Amino acid sequence: MIFGEDVAGIVLGGLAAGMVLFVVSVGLSVTMGLMGFVNLAHGGFAMIGGYIIVLSMNRLGVPFVPALILGFTLTAALSVVLERLFYSKLYRAAELDQVLFSIGLAFVMIATVTIVIGPETQPMILPSWLRGQIDLGFTSYRTYSIFLIVFGALVAFCLWLGFERTRIGAQIRAAVDNRKMVESLGINIDRLFTFTFAFGSGMAALGGGFGAEFLGLDPQYTLKYLVYFLIVVAVGGMGRITGVFYAALIIGIMDFILKKYLPAGGTIFIYVLTILILLIRPQGLFGRSN
Amino acid sequence: MSATDISMSPAVRDFAHRHRLRWWEPLPWIVAIGFFFLFPRHLGIGTEILVTILFALSLDLVLGYAGIVTLGHAAFFGLGAYAVGMLAHHGIWSEPLSGLVIAAVVAGIFGLVSGLILLRTTGLTLLMLTLCMMLLLEEAANLGQTWTGGYDGLPTVPIDPILGRFAFNPLIPDVQYIYILCVLFVGFIVVRTIVYSPFGESLTGIRENTLRMHAVGAPVRKRLVICYTISGAIAGVAGALWAQSNAYVNMSTFSLDRAATVLIIIVLGGYGRLYGAFIGAVAYMALSHYLAKIYPTAWQLGLGILLVCIAMFARNGILGMFDSLVARLRGKRVGP
Repeated sequence: MIFGEDVAGIVLGGLAAGMVLFVVSVGLSVTMGLMGFVNLAHGGFAMIGGYIIVLSMNRLGVPFVPALILGFTLTAALSVVLERLFYSKLYRAAELDQVLFSIGLAFVMIATVTIVIGPETQPMILPSWLRGQIDLGFTSYRTYSIFLIVFGALVAFCLWLGFERTRIGAQIRAAVDNRKMVESLGINIDRLFTFTFAFGSGMAALGGGFGAEFLGLDPQYTLKYLVYFLIVVAVGGMGRITGVFYAALIIGIMDFILKKYLPAGGTIFIYVLTILILLIRPQGLFGRSN
Repeated sequence: MSATDISMSPAVRDFAHRHRLRWWEPLPWIVAIGFFFLFPRHLGIGTEILVTILFALSLDLVLGYAGIVTLGHAAFFGLGAYAVGMLAHHGIWSEPLSGLVIAAVVAGIFGLVSGLILLRTTGLTLLMLTLCMMLLLEEAANLGQTWTGGYDGLPTVPIDPILGRFAFNPLIPDVQYIYILCVLFVGFIVVRTIVYSPFGESLTGIRENTLRMHAVGAPVRKRLVICYTISGAIAGVAGALWAQSNAYVNMSTFSLDRAATVLIIIVLGGYGRLYGAFIGAVAYMALSHYLAKIYPTAWQLGLGILLVCIAMFARNGILGMFDSLVARLRGKRVGP
């Protein structure tokens, strides 16, 4: 029975980490798939969102759920400003310019937060209803992890619904596949881009808040986990919500197992796996080839 | 129009003479030698700048000329550094000049093999693959404790005197400075020759229009792999120089930080123009050495703003800005 509990623990812990990865990465996937923009500053939106959520809870006493809404809204608003001012000018630019711009923006974000708030890690204090263990019948596990799994699955389902069943979702899918065609149909692609970018950044903010408890939240968060987000997007396929979902869960569970049983250098397997997947299927494990 | 008329046209003359020495080309070397005599107490940062120039030059070959956008160029730098470092640390081989050759061969072989595998892809996939390859090596350096020293690296890298006569002095790096300057000069001649050769011209063609180069029958992938291999070998030499002059090796040689820094340097100076590596490395290293120590956060903020500005307004870097300024003063139109 001990073995069974072990397996359950690994799967649940990995799923929780995977859900956070998914919530952060989904915006990056859509930005890359839809706009063709290599946005290395995406982790910065997660970091800023995480700060808004954690600080509003710790310093202003805002409850958990309103803090999440606040983090989502403010980060999305900030991203709209940045998208209109900078990103939109670089959609047609060379990849190198996009990489440089977004690295620069990431530096600006890190430095600004360091100057305004400080370089130290911000502790995430969970509300009482998410603390402790929960009895699942077959095993008991951390309430917060279970909450993340349930919430992440719910978000994934809602996003999938939005993508597959709404008008704007259909427009985004169409634009990922053939942008010129969508433009010539008279759809306002600029507005579509701004909306998607803001939504993706808002999701990253939520992910930043959710992950703060076990990933740690400091200004360096922006670049520390960027490789993970990029790997999830590259493996899942750009602009594919379901692909990113599966990729995030796979990477999350793998990372959890490797950290537990191979703490030294376990990540080597993730890099090898990513290289192999990208070589065999450059469009990602779940992406459609063009 | 007869053949002689065409050969007299300014465009053709420029093209045929583009490899000739310009009057200002000895300037960087004069400055480098002048620095040696004028600032004997700053030779430490001087050696670091020279190594960075060589590293940036190797990146210029793949990025500026062949148009391969890579985020993992530090892989070669680290390989070169660890090759020299491990051989010297374990007492197998500590002769410096042949050490450079070993580093070049090791990094070159890695460039050849990884180039054959990776250069089939383009764009984001290539970016991710080069990044993952580098992280893989970093992780391997972390794991192979007995050989690489793991997370702490190799604290001592003993190096024999150069040519059996000139010993490295860790306190006054004058021998290192001259040694690295000589290697940089050789490396620069190699890169300059490649860039102005027909091979280099075909690399530019691939960067500008891959499809058309395929169409005219150029062996695109072969050229890219060769370029990647040579560039890797030069980056390996830069890493080896770094290990020799610092007398230690650590995992920072493989880091994303180093790869991003050299990318920033070459873009800051202006890529695809040989001397961009010099301008970028001096500007970046000098600023980061003196400013970052006093105001690390402000330095990061300033660097970030500078990168945003370069990506938005000045895509050809400092040298590009200088060029357009000169062109404007002369009342000419700005070239590409």
